[in-house]
Amino acid sequence: MNAQFWLIQSFNGISYGALLFLLASGLTLIFGVMRIVNLAHGAYFLLGGYVALSVIATTGSWVLAVPVAALLVAMVGLVMERVFLRPLGFDPLRQVLLTVGFAFLFQQAALDIWGGDSLDIIPPDMLRGSTVIGGFHLPVYRIFMIGMAGVLGSILWLVMEKTRAGAMIRAAVDDSEMARGVGIDTSRVSMFIFALGAFLAALGGVIGGGFLGIYPGLDFEILPVAFAVVIIGGMGSLTGAAVGSLIVGLADNFGKALFPEVSYFTLYAPMVLILAVRPTGLFGRE
Amino acid sequence: MNPRGKILTVLVVLLALAVVTPFASSYLILLITQALVLGILAMSLDILLGFTGLPSLGQAAYLGMGAYLTAILATHYDFGLGWSFWVAIMLGILIGAATAALFGLFAIRATGVYFLMITLALGMCVWGLAYRWNSMTGGDNGINLPARPEFGIRLADDVTYFYVVLGFFVASLVMLYILVKSPFGRSLVGIRERELRMRILGYNTWLHKYIAFIIAGGFGGLAGVLWAHLSGHVSPQDVILATSVDALLMVVLGGPATLVGGAIGAGVVVFLRDYLSTVVPWWQYVLGGVYVLTILYLPGGLMGIPERIRRRRALSGSPAETKKLESASN
Repeated sequence: MNAQFWLIQSFNGISYGALLFLLASGLTLIFGVMRIVNLAHGAYFLLGGYVALSVIATTGSWVLAVPVAALLVAMVGLVMERVFLRPLGFDPLRQVLLTVGFAFLFQQAALDIWGGDSLDIIPPDMLRGSTVIGGFHLPVYRIFMIGMAGVLGSILWLVMEKTRAGAMIRAAVDDSEMARGVGIDTSRVSMFIFALGAFLAALGGVIGGGFLGIYPGLDFEILPVAFAVVIIGGMGSLTGAAVGSLIVGLADNFGKALFPEVSYFTLYAPMVLILAVRPTGLFGRE
Repeated sequence: MNPRGKILTVLVVLLALAVVTPFASSYLILLITQALVLGILAMSLDILLGFTGLPSLGQAAYLGMGAYLTAILATHYDFGLGWSFWVAIMLGILIGAATAALFGLFAIRATGVYFLMITLALGMCVWGLAYRWNSMTGGDNGINLPARPEFGIRLADDVTYFYVVLGFFVASLVMLYILVKSPFGRSLVGIRERELRMRILGYNTWLHKYIAFIIAGGFGGLAGVLWAHLSGHVSPQDVILATSVDALLMVVLGGPATLVGGAIGAGVVVFLRDYLSTVVPWWQYVLGGVYVLTILYLPGGLMGIPERIRRRRALSGSPAETKKLESASN
């Protein structure tokens, strides 16, 4: 275990964290604004990957597949929020169960349409292979993942901090009743955030598909990891999602490399501790 | 229906089940036994969800602890396969309760969505150990159990095992029924309705919830032991999030705070998942659809249907009677 081991593992952890950020940023915003634990979020990730596969199969264009998959799944999220979640009102348990019902429906639909095999999303030539940086051979795709998360995270941050829409969202996160009181249409904010969350998750699915593969069951495999990120970072906080993604990405990688027998335990036990000691996470607010 | 009528109905149904099941096909017997085991799990969760108002997303953890303990004792130590089966049952209950006692320290303080998340995380801890602790749990492959215990009677016979499971189911139902009718059970309902008021009245609500959590864990552990011997195989699949979610759905589907509702929900879910899946390929649409429809249109679950019908009738009848019904339900 020399310096090279630590550097390579750190790089792998950070790139996995980048992927998690795409999934968790939407999840944390949905939770922040609507207080909904969305168990269908993993399904959005999976659907994004599958739709991208279909687009690639028909048009052969990976570049086209990315936005098409993300937008299509965002539409699914939008309809789900408008037609089913909104009429339910505020009832955490029923909301959670409803999203589970949808997760099962999406799972079955994906199985029917795309079958049960593990499929790979093959990125364009430009992103394949590896490059040498400072004497290390690093896969280009992982660098691309980190870059993508960095760019998207910056855009999200700018929108949230510098625009009027962002201020409305932050107000809804902090105190949705008060936000309604000063004339913010929180219902529309919720709709927008839910669609955005689905969009980001699907994007994660397309990008993650080139790295994890796309297969039935991936949805419920990645979902708890995304929840770990959200909880460690603090529910509703974008900064928290970024920091949480890095922590979980690194913990997951080093856990698997150093203590394979308890690797998942080392991931979820800190999550429990944080919830018990500081339920709002590292960056969440009361 | 008055309480006596309800008890009588449950008794008749259980008796009918005991009489009819041996004549069913061997596959159906296994399904019914499975539904009974999951029914115990669902009832244990109902104590938390229905009576105390604590929606746990990690109930599969206790099932897993009981099941893995049984499997490890049987394969590593050759224990629990004769008369010691009864000791294994006790140990399963104890490990479920002990795990809950540990988890409860973290979980009980949390409320609402935070309780959901922390129980989810605790459940994932157990799953993580089951999945990765290869030397102990066999990792992804799980553990294959030897043939079911034999002590004078052979549990390897599916009908015999069905009766044993039915016995445990009835015992659990009776114990939990006594529990929820006891002063302790009443105060749990009080906590569900308004915790602050209970605290002001001088109840130690944390302790009440903690004890309920431990009891639920114990019954979950019992379900785990029975589960391990039923399927003859224990794997991380038994502990995944989806199993915990299933347990929640069983309770919500059948009707929270009714005990038997959870068992009915377990029956419906097992039937849909294991029977319908052999008949039609699109069974999961039915399962997902049933969940969505129940949550949207049947907040009281299947057990709530008679009440709804009565209310609707009362509503179309005299307004005075409606008022009486409403005040009675409050």
